[in-house]
Amino acid sequence: MKRSERIGALKAVAKQRILILDGAWGAMIQRKGLDEADFRGARFAGHPDPLKGNNDILCLTRPDIITELLDAFYAAGADICETNTFSATVIAQDDYKLGEADVRDINFEGARIARAAADAWTAKTPEKPRFVAGSIGPLNKMLSMSSDVNDPGARSVVFDQVYEAYKTQIRALNEGGVDLYLIETITDTLNCKAALKAIADLEAEGLERLPVWISGTITDKSGRTLSGQTVEAFWNSVRHAKPFAIGLNCALGAALMRPHIAELARIADTLVAAYPNAGLPNAFGEYDETPEETSSMLREWAESGLVNLLGGCCGTTPAHISAIAEAAHGNPPRVVPSHKPMMRLSGLEPFELA
Amino acid sequence: MTNQTATFVNIGERTNVTGSAKFRKMITEDRYADAIEVARQQVENGAQIIDVNMDEGMLDGVEAMTTFLNLIAAEPDIARVPVMIDSSKWEVIEAGLKCVQGKAVVNSISLKEGEAPFLKQARAIRSYGAATVVMAFDEKGQAETADEKFRICKRAYDLLTEKAGFPPEDIIFDPNIFAVATGIEEHNGYARAFIDAVKRIRTALPGAHVSGGLSNVSFSFRGNEPVRRAMHSVFLYHAIKAGMDMAIVNAGQLDIYDDIEPDLRERVEDVILNRRDDATERLLEIAEQYRGKKGESQKKDLAWRDKPVRERLSHALVHGITEFIEQDTEEARVAAERPLHVIEGPLMDGMNIVGDLFGDGRMFLPQVVKSARVMKQAVAHLLPYMEDEKERLGLVGKSNGKVIMATVKGDVHDIGKNIVGVVLQCNGYEVIDLGVMVPAERILDEAEKHDVDIVGLSGLITPSLDEMVFVASEMQRRKMDLPLLIGGATTSPAHTAVKIEPGYKNAPTLHVADASRAVGVVSSLLSETDRPRVWEKTKAKYERIRQSRAGGGPKERLSIADARANAFTPDWSGQNGAPPSFTGARTIDDVSLEDVLTYIDWTPFFMSWDLKGRYPQILDDEKRGEAARGLWRDGQAMLDRLVAEKWLRLKAAVGFWPANADGDDIVLWADEDRASEIARFYSVRQQIKKSEGPNLALADFVRPVSEGADWVGGFCVTAGHGELEKSDAFKAAHDDYSAIMVKALADRFAEGFAEMLHQRVRRELWGYAPNEAFSSEELIAEKYAGIRPAPGYPAQPDHTEKETLFRLLDAPARAGVELTSSFAMTPPASVSGLYFSHPESRYFAVGRIEKDQVEDYARRKGWDLRTAERWLGPILNYAPGTE
Repeated sequence: MKRSERIGALKAVAKQRILILDGAWGAMIQRKGLDEADFRGARFAGHPDPLKGNNDILCLTRPDIITELLDAFYAAGADICETNTFSATVIAQDDYKLGEADVRDINFEGARIARAAADAWTAKTPEKPRFVAGSIGPLNKMLSMSSDVNDPGARSVVFDQVYEAYKTQIRALNEGGVDLYLIETITDTLNCKAALKAIADLEAEGLERLPVWISGTITDKSGRTLSGQTVEAFWNSVRHAKPFAIGLNCALGAALMRPHIAELARIADTLVAAYPNAGLPNAFGEYDETPEETSSMLREWAESGLVNLLGGCCGTTPAHISAIAEAAHGNPPRVVPSHKPMMRLSGLEPFELA
Repeated sequence: MTNQTATFVNIGERTNVTGSAKFRKMITEDRYADAIEVARQQVENGAQIIDVNMDEGMLDGVEAMTTFLNLIAAEPDIARVPVMIDSSKWEVIEAGLKCVQGKAVVNSISLKEGEAPFLKQARAIRSYGAATVVMAFDEKGQAETADEKFRICKRAYDLLTEKAGFPPEDIIFDPNIFAVATGIEEHNGYARAFIDAVKRIRTALPGAHVSGGLSNVSFSFRGNEPVRRAMHSVFLYHAIKAGMDMAIVNAGQLDIYDDIEPDLRERVEDVILNRRDDATERLLEIAEQYRGKKGESQKKDLAWRDKPVRERLSHALVHGITEFIEQDTEEARVAAERPLHVIEGPLMDGMNIVGDLFGDGRMFLPQVVKSARVMKQAVAHLLPYMEDEKERLGLVGKSNGKVIMATVKGDVHDIGKNIVGVVLQCNGYEVIDLGVMVPAERILDEAEKHDVDIVGLSGLITPSLDEMVFVASEMQRRKMDLPLLIGGATTSPAHTAVKIEPGYKNAPTLHVADASRAVGVVSSLLSETDRPRVWEKTKAKYERIRQSRAGGGPKERLSIADARANAFTPDWSGQNGAPPSFTGARTIDDVSLEDVLTYIDWTPFFMSWDLKGRYPQILDDEKRGEAARGLWRDGQAMLDRLVAEKWLRLKAAVGFWPANADGDDIVLWADEDRASEIARFYSVRQQIKKSEGPNLALADFVRPVSEGADWVGGFCVTAGHGELEKSDAFKAAHDDYSAIMVKALADRFAEGFAEMLHQRVRRELWGYAPNEAFSSEELIAEKYAGIRPAPGYPAQPDHTEKETLFRLLDAPARAGVELTSSFAMTPPASVSGLYFSHPESRYFAVGRIEKDQVEDYARRKGWDLRTAERWLGPILNYAPGTE
């Protein structure tokens, strides 16, 4: 299949059923017990700084492990798996003193590996085509938040830096063969808007147009993003990109995420996606929610017609994904509502002019 | 949760270096901490958007914009509102766009430098995700006449929507407000030109908004603030009527239009509307005497004014007179030990008289609502004193109980709810009114947050019934134990008993028939002794209703196949269908309010105020006559003003299409070739077993394809444009009576307009009855040939059919009427429906239907069964989810 055909298939399947995304990557990689040498491989054997813990670099140095995890999630029933590129931007990789060429290669290879895994599964089960989402993480530096407690106007990065960093990542993911972008775990909407502008500008320059899935993070019971927006204000801020899907992931388990997903289901005139954590972490930072617990809550969301895409974030294993796929099965996807066109603005809160 | 939907936004200019000298000084002196305080105050005072402008020759605009926006991003109580990034320099605008995480507005771009840079900037704004203001400015300069303004805006609109991917609703035009009354003759038409341009923009460029900087218009009267304020208000009054929905002006620079002294208002109006050649001279003649002076109101001397203050207050309450209420309340306050004593003493005494008269049936709802208006104004006067006292003494306010009320999600109707709210308030209950279209979660969250005693739900359209069932089930799921009250036109004791009450076991669920019962119900539910008794009684009553419905058993139904076999089959051969004068959709906007007056049916007007009876007999009714006459007088007085001052704008879309029946569907064709289908209306068939007569469906009234050519029509009319602004203004002035009256009248105009348009359709637009002549009474009695049934009403209970109708009519663009998620029309004072011309076509009720038809209907519409059951919920003859 050509990519345009795959995208057509993705959109068609999304009308028929609830699509399933993969689960957590970090913990799965941790379980492999890799050491510094694994992370370095041959290419970075002489790198001056330690690289252990830089999971994204495994796309270059241990592609076999990445393929194994992709296979595990596809086997569990995922329709879509993410590339292992959550932190693969020049800004985030600067912590490991990696440069633009390395960052480009991580994204390109990350996309290529996932593409190969997905295509193998599609060949095996053509009635259930598999897709690859290019993971675009939030950065460790935020555009809306002060970097200095004594100076509220201070910023550690400016818009143009973030924009350029995302541009490099997005181009490489696209060229490596992803089917869609997943801008995820968004803590600061302005960072996300920089990524959206990078996509729009690259497309204007001729890069093939791909669907965009935007996934914000409500950090706690306040019901706000880390940068302070309500769910509706967040949606108003990113709606202009006409995303394929809008949703939430991370920070909360299904129980606490529900009202915010219900809100998105009400206001968003596009697909709604959710991939919560396996509950909240316990005192040791581990996630205790079992596949049955997580999936029984998500089953109720599917039955209530709240969602079009489901998956898992921190603490969710292939067993969780398998249970979620099972729970979603047979429930029709949420019907996308059409809303009255209105000027919908936002600050931290929404504002509409009828 | 804050969720503001505005219909008009006033944008302050206090964080604008060109609009505020004080702010400019702070920025040039690098006093950003002070500048932030200015922004904070502005938001605290209610600004919905803040305009930030750093265009000052001595400033580095990019740096100042970046610094200021980054600073306010760290202030949640400022950053909660959207920002308007205001600059004439593109690099400053772009710097601003790089600092805001929310969706901002750019102010502004224009065609000044030509199309290429305009489009480039527009695309950039779009990629940053902002809306934009566009000035009526092109390569040749700023537009001065209405024609030029419109031409430039149209050109910009087409470029933006066709070439830059801009959604129309994110475009705000600023067609340039220039100074009038400058002494230069060419300037006299500037304000008028703006207003005329606004009208054309709003009609011809659908979705787009209009804004402007107001202070320019009065520039020639600098130093004379009263005249400037009057000019701003008059200008705004007319511009808003024309469709302006955003303005940059400081609230302090405005008067209330109705408060402007008539002589001044008339002369200002002459200037603004350029009504006479000597308008400027005539305004100058009197301008000087207003410098620093306030208007005086006229006095009428009346006998009751000589009585002691306590009796004067009672008199004012019982008769609903607001004229002296503040001075009387103040007099009572000065004499009383505490301001609360005025409420508990003379005011409550007066309201008790009102309550007694109401209870005895000697006062009626409209009068009580008027009394409540007086009460509210008196209380509003006392509130600041009570707040002061509270602070001094640490006292807490006292209320009989707290009721939270909302019109449920998907529904925009609120006349009844507002009446109940007012009645409860004047009986000492605290009412939290969440407004209309409120989702279940928000109702229950707010109920918990405010620790209320009772939840009240209201709704008018049938999908609201299901939403109420949902709210009740959510209350059960959340283990709440608050009594639940159900009210509104489609609600009934039967529906409450069968569908709502069984799903909520923790507290009483009661249907409240009308506003007069609300106080009694609420007080008994809040009384420890009464509540168990009322609950038991209600439970028993609802159980009886359920049993009688179950016991009586559903009437015998036919299978859908048998019902179709008994369809209405006229002899088509004998008659020829008349082709309409045009096909496709058209806009009707040439109808004035006067034109519609004779078509209004006044009986429902009295019903909307809970006065049941036919007009005009009700005016002489022994019991209700006095109240009805008072209501009639007030209604007619407002009607005169409403018509003279054109409070409402009438708009309609009407269309006709070649059509044929296809089974129970009605197929609409693209043209007379009748080969290409453009839409399909689905009809529902009666399934009740009849001893005589056919089982009707609307499709029966249309010629099947085998029988030759036929047509159907459709329409959507509205009288709702302008209604909300007016009723909100009354509400803001504590005048709920007038606010409700405006809505009641708008509803009448919408219905009257629909009636009038139908006549025009029969006589001329479709023209199948060119010689028809009926009196208005005969029209109301529907003696004419042909029908205009509305989706969502008994002949076709499926509201979603409106979507097809609205699409065919292009109703949002032509009539400015939209559908909510539950397919209610907004503005609410709107009517829509289909036209059928068959002489034997008639209104009927589908009644209850069986699962076989629902399954068939779902198949035809491409729905799953669950969706079909949801939209046909009120007429199912079985419980969904069962066999």
